[in-house]
Amino acid sequence: MIDKTKEGLEEVLSKIYDDSTIMLGGFGLAGQPTELIDGLINSGAKNLTIINNNAGNGEIGLAALLKQKRVKKIICSFPRQSDSYVFDELYISGEIEFELVPQGNLAARIQAAGSGLGAIFVPTGYGTLLAKGKETREINGRQYVLEYPISADFALIKAYKADRWGNLSYRKTARNFGPIMATAAKNTIVQVKEIVPLGEIDPEHIITPGIYVKNVIKI
Amino acid sequence: MNNFQNRWTRDEMAQRVAQDIYEGAYVNLGIGLPTKVANYLPADKEVLLHSENGILGMGPSPEPDKIDPELINAGKEPVTLLEGGSFFHHGDSFGMIRGKHIDICVLGAFQVSKNGDLANWSTGAPNAIPAVGGAMDLAVGAKKIFVMMDYLTKKGESKMVSECTYPLTAINCVDRVYSDMAILDITNEGVKVIQSAVPFEQLQEMTPFELIKAY
Repeated sequence: MIDKTKEGLEEVLSKIYDDSTIMLGGFGLAGQPTELIDGLINSGAKNLTIINNNAGNGEIGLAALLKQKRVKKIICSFPRQSDSYVFDELYISGEIEFELVPQGNLAARIQAAGSGLGAIFVPTGYGTLLAKGKETREINGRQYVLEYPISADFALIKAYKADRWGNLSYRKTARNFGPIMATAAKNTIVQVKEIVPLGEIDPEHIITPGIYVKNVIKI
Repeated sequence: MNNFQNRWTRDEMAQRVAQDIYEGAYVNLGIGLPTKVANYLPADKEVLLHSENGILGMGPSPEPDKIDPELINAGKEPVTLLEGGSFFHHGDSFGMIRGKHIDICVLGAFQVSKNGDLANWSTGAPNAIPAVGGAMDLAVGAKKIFVMMDYLTKKGESKMVSECTYPLTAINCVDRVYSDMAILDITNEGVKVIQSAVPFEQLQEMTPFELIKAY
């Protein structure tokens, strides 16, 4: 019997090892897997590469992980927020590696990894600083930049409902990066509000099929 | 006769942009000034607002007691969903943008060049935290790019420039600029002023390249 639901958040997150690459779902607070991030902080894993749309707020969640200097590199589209001072200080003092990626390229590169593509040509960023040194190509009269996939060892995401096979449905704009990050990580760990029996999520409403999910934890 | 005091207010600019958004258009309003346009979309026209974080058919802000932290816009403010609206993930949302399905995107800008280059994500200042969000994707992806900005910087320099000095968001992407002093079309023949709140000669004097009077 397949059962991806887990009781102990600590045990699941203890599998996260030093030097791993971790995708964190969420756009602002919507879809942010808050409890999983807290668990990651408690796990002690360090020297991490983090992929997220932002770079943390205040001193909680991702910002707390940054503050403990456990992140060597962050890949994101929009670190600057009114309360992103933890990241700001690390960046200015050169204590963190940072790759700035346009939001659509971030999504496309994650999707490329999840769907087994070697690389993608994207129009975004052509002729800008963010395409500097990258290969370009004209295709059907439009200019494109070569970008490589972004994959991860772990994805920590938040969904709304799951069943024991790991099928997921989401809620409103909390969906954001969840479904694509789930496809691009070796071990996708999901926190959900509800675990329901098989068959209860309408198959037409399953946004992430369980094949992409390893662990489900009800919070 | 117009004069300098006749400059349009931000609400008048937003109202003017809203007039050019047609029924049935799929529209993305950038963070900041462009958000104001939503207030002036006439109720008798059906326009679908897109938000990068996965909404089509975005509605106005909710009543304080109806705020849902899982229903926000790209500026991370609470919003609502219109009947018939939909949610989708970031991959689909940006596919929609890059795939040229969004009819109009309204963005703010630091500078726009005479050939339609846009600079709106970084002033290139040392120690500034670089952040780009979805600006570059929107600038290359939407069918039409409208810019809303003041014509002059706080120091009185023209934000319409021969060549952008700030880092570019995208090249040759801007179609129309709605400013407090004039509305300008970026065309292959040059930059055409299609409406002006100040005398044309005065506008030309402030601008570092030749404008075409087209009103």
